[in-house]
Amino acid sequence: MWVDVGIAAAKAFAVVMLVLNMSLVLLWVERKGSALIQDRIGANRANVFGGLLPFNLGIINTLIADPIKLLTKEDLIPAGADRVLHFVAPFLAVFPVIVTFAAIPFGDVLVIGGRTIELQAAALDVGVLYVLAMSSLAVYGVVLGGWATNSRWSLLGAVRGSAQMISYEIALGLGLVAAIMTFGTLDLQEIARAQGAHLWGVVPLWGILYQPVAFLILLIAGFAESKRVPFDLPEGESELVAGYFTEYSGMKQAAFMLSDFAEVVVVAGLATTLFFGAWQVPFLARDGWHLPGGVFVAMPHLAVVALQIAAFTIKVFALCCFQILVRWTLPRYRYDHLMDLGWKWLLPIALANVVVTAVVVVLVA
Amino acid sequence: MLDQYIGVLLTFLFAGVIVAGMVSASALLAGRRHSPVKDEVFECGNPSSGPARGRFPVHFYLVAILFIVFDVEVVFLYPWAIVFRELGVPGLVAMGLFLGILAFGLFYEWKRGALAWE
Repeated sequence: MWVDVGIAAAKAFAVVMLVLNMSLVLLWVERKGSALIQDRIGANRANVFGGLLPFNLGIINTLIADPIKLLTKEDLIPAGADRVLHFVAPFLAVFPVIVTFAAIPFGDVLVIGGRTIELQAAALDVGVLYVLAMSSLAVYGVVLGGWATNSRWSLLGAVRGSAQMISYEIALGLGLVAAIMTFGTLDLQEIARAQGAHLWGVVPLWGILYQPVAFLILLIAGFAESKRVPFDLPEGESELVAGYFTEYSGMKQAAFMLSDFAEVVVVAGLATTLFFGAWQVPFLARDGWHLPGGVFVAMPHLAVVALQIAAFTIKVFALCCFQILVRWTLPRYRYDHLMDLGWKWLLPIALANVVVTAVVVVLVA
Repeated sequence: MLDQYIGVLLTFLFAGVIVAGMVSASALLAGRRHSPVKDEVFECGNPSSGPARGRFPVHFYLVAILFIVFDVEVVFLYPWAIVFRELGVPGLVAMGLFLGILAFGLFYEWKRGALAWE
């Protein structure tokens, strides 16, 4: 029994580390990627020992200098602020987002020493519900963040941010309903496994072939949930200083920033699992390659597992890079347009998608 | 079935410890040089316009109520989404009625202007 707990602990730790490390890498990719898109160089000044490295990709800036700076900034709490909530708000902004990843499978099974280990931190029957529940908790971080600081403008930014997040949560939920209707289960590992089939033996049957509309809805609602451009008015970097997290300094601000990037990873992870085949590599089954034309190439088990985990990581990273690309390409939505998009466009389209999916599935099957 | 949740619990534990450590790191590691200016909230240089515990638009409350209604609808859609294949056409008709009533509710709000301006 303790071996089981130890294995579960190792998987949980791996998942938390995956999210945190990918968020850090994304911070660097965002900085240099935005520089590339905007035709400038980006951060390249910080170096070690007075110029030891011949070239500088900004890694030292982003991954060493910035965290040290954030760690050593004084933790300012405004007068009249609620000290407990000032601590709890950044915690609640980051924690649910990281924890969401527990239900997302990053591989098939690992057979070691006669033991079959599901490569999923929490092999829940109700994985999709868990993911939705945790991402709903992230709204608390925003609202408490603005409320705790006793600043009128932060509070207004926070309430607007939370109104935006809850409006798009409905569209997100409806998009996921359509995806679930296609697969018939809430278990994310089952959904991942169901995407291993191939159409006519050649085209991998990933979720996006079944539900392209749901994918678009998930993507747009995911952008809005993570308050990224084009929906980043609550944060409003060029307008409102920092919106709801203006009054947080040091690592508390870093926590809010981290929640931004962690949510990018989570949206990418969810989209990968539901629409891009999660860890599925086309033509790769548990025992080896089943190529079209009847060719079978056997592969050792560990190589298959490694390939599947690599495929998952690459897909998630590609979707994260896509989100960064969108951020630096599109201008910001005005707030009333933003709420219009959520209630008057996404909600009816998502509902129509559910109805059409239901009718098609019941009448065809 | 409960042993599925041991993974959730352990993830909560690891994430909780790491995030709590991160959030309290500044308070523990950084210096503290207090001054009265640092106590004020940031209002772009203007003197403070008062405490935040005042009034704010009631429209946010309306958005929250509408969210509750539609979120409960989505919650009811989840069990149906799992079993709708077995329920066949009668299930489709029943759910269609439910969705139709709620869609009519959305249409009514739209026309009454509850979704306008935010």
